[in-house]
Amino acid sequence: MRGIAKSMARTFAVFLRKPVTRDYPSYHKPIPERDRAFPLLLWDEDIHEPFCTGCHACERACPVECMTVLMKDNPNHKTLDGTSSRRKIIDKFWIDYARCMRCNICVEVCNFDAIAMNNTWEGHETSVYDRQDLVMDLQQLLSQSRTGNINEWVPVLGQTNETISEADAEDSEVSN
Amino acid sequence: MVEVLSQTSDRSAEFETQDLLLNVGPQHPSTHGVFRMVMTVDGEVVRDVIPYIGYLHRGAEKLCETMDFRQGIGFMDRTEYLAAFNAELSYVMAVEALADLEVPERAQWIRMILSELNRLSSHFMFLGAFGVDTGVFGTPFIYAWREREALIDLFEEVSGDRMMYAYFRPGGVAWDVPVNFVDRVKEVLISSAQGIDDFDSLLSENEIFLARTQGVGSISAERAIALGMSGPSLRASGVDMDIRRDEPYLKYDQVEWDVITGEHGDVFDRYYCRVLEMRESIKIISQCLDRLAPGPILPEKMPRMLRTPPGEVYLRTEAPRGEYGVYMVSKGGNRPYRCKVRSSCLSNLQALHELTVGEYVADAIIILGSIDIVLSEVDR
Ligand code: SF4
Ligand code: SF4
Repeated sequence: MRGIAKSMARTFAVFLRKPVTRDYPSYHKPIPERDRAFPLLLWDEDIHEPFCTGCHACERACPVECMTVLMKDNPNHKTLDGTSSRRKIIDKFWIDYARCMRCNICVEVCNFDAIAMNNTWEGHETSVYDRQDLVMDLQQLLSQSRTGNINEWVPVLGQTNETISEADAEDSEVSN
Repeated sequence: MVEVLSQTSDRSAEFETQDLLLNVGPQHPSTHGVFRMVMTVDGEVVRDVIPYIGYLHRGAEKLCETMDFRQGIGFMDRTEYLAAFNAELSYVMAVEALADLEVPERAQWIRMILSELNRLSSHFMFLGAFGVDTGVFGTPFIYAWREREALIDLFEEVSGDRMMYAYFRPGGVAWDVPVNFVDRVKEVLISSAQGIDDFDSLLSENEIFLARTQGVGSISAERAIALGMSGPSLRASGVDMDIRRDEPYLKYDQVEWDVITGEHGDVFDRYYCRVLEMRESIKIISQCLDRLAPGPILPEKMPRMLRTPPGEVYLRTEAPRGEYGVYMVSKGGNRPYRCKVRSSCLSNLQALHELTVGEYVADAIIILGSIDIVLSEVDR
């Protein structure tokens, strides 16, 4: 009987503790900065075009082959009286979110920091009725970055906290 | 047990009785996944049990042969989804052994902290599920998930994902832990210690729980070794064997902790070994936190695409459920020629027949629960 009394006492003690559950729709758990949901493309605000040059590096490195990349000549390139220094630019881009396993490899291999893992995804935004709708095209992939919804954290392989804070210091110097 | 057996055989001399074939699974909540066992029962007593596995087979080992070493990490996560850090650890350490890579100090400590934390979260999962198996529905399960949630939130802050971390890389870890990592781990350790206390006083002395678990499903040390069991399930039988101490990898030789062993090898010992092991894990993590010094987390000259010289290696680590080994053959180039996972769950499952035969049907479920299998690791 002693053991049972002890466990009942513990249950009662836990009952009096502050609850850890939250009232969901009225409270959303803050998402950590590093949260990795699905890959998104980033938008270059300065010259109004995507960062992505369609170099196929991510497509080749993706372990589950869920990306399709097509490139074209950039109509906005300097030699064509444009403002951009990108000779080639992305034409069509599909990522099949149903197949993506969120491994972050595409972000690591990209040389242009053109792709980032979405860190604003709470788990329900991409709900669809048909799996076909999970194949995202270029417009959908860029939309979050264009509207400034994504506060991207583009991890650099091997980056230590010291190098992160150095980079931050440089950034603030530039902005000053 | 012997009494019951003789009773039933007496009775079958009087009455014509027939064995009953009882199918459990594949979609049965107490099999912890998709697992099927066909039991032959004589009245209430199990006479034979045949496990059927393979429902969760995804061919991760074969897939790894077509992937370069970085791409394979994601598949290793999925072979062991409750302790993905430990699974990754074996894989990346095998690659490092092949490629002869030196891992920086800080990366080793980070790896050690995270794999021990993962052991905690995996054991919490076991405690909760095992409580449900024994019939204490709800309370332990919710307690376990409360603690596991705190751990998983921490993993999410570090690696960005809650289950499939893809955080360890050949040579180190992918990126540094957050700045407030040490404080966060300390916070989580306090809540985890509290959670272990909760379990200890809720179950470990509870007479009903003891009556249910003590003396059920015993296995001797010799048989446990012969059947290839490992991890807490083996130590519960009194075998003093822990890869972390016997073949220290990472920095396990530099921290103080004890290997926990049981005596009887019954269901209760397998449960209690895990509870005590969690306290040891907390000890290890607190020591690691003191030693964590700033520094690089990947070797200085890391090639963009890792290539290994030809060779073969078998590397084993102590995962929460036992020995998780990776046998890797390379013929040169950027992908393994063969990658075989030695899964602790599959080997522990071999003991199911011996543990279950002669016990009651109702105990078959807690015996299966007590060896703590994860079906994704059994089937891979
Ligand atoms: S996202 Fe990066 S790696 Fe992928 S095609 Fe665009 S520029 Fe190349
Ligand atoms: S996160 Fe991984 S699986 Fe998903 S698109 Fe990128 S490389 Fe492919």
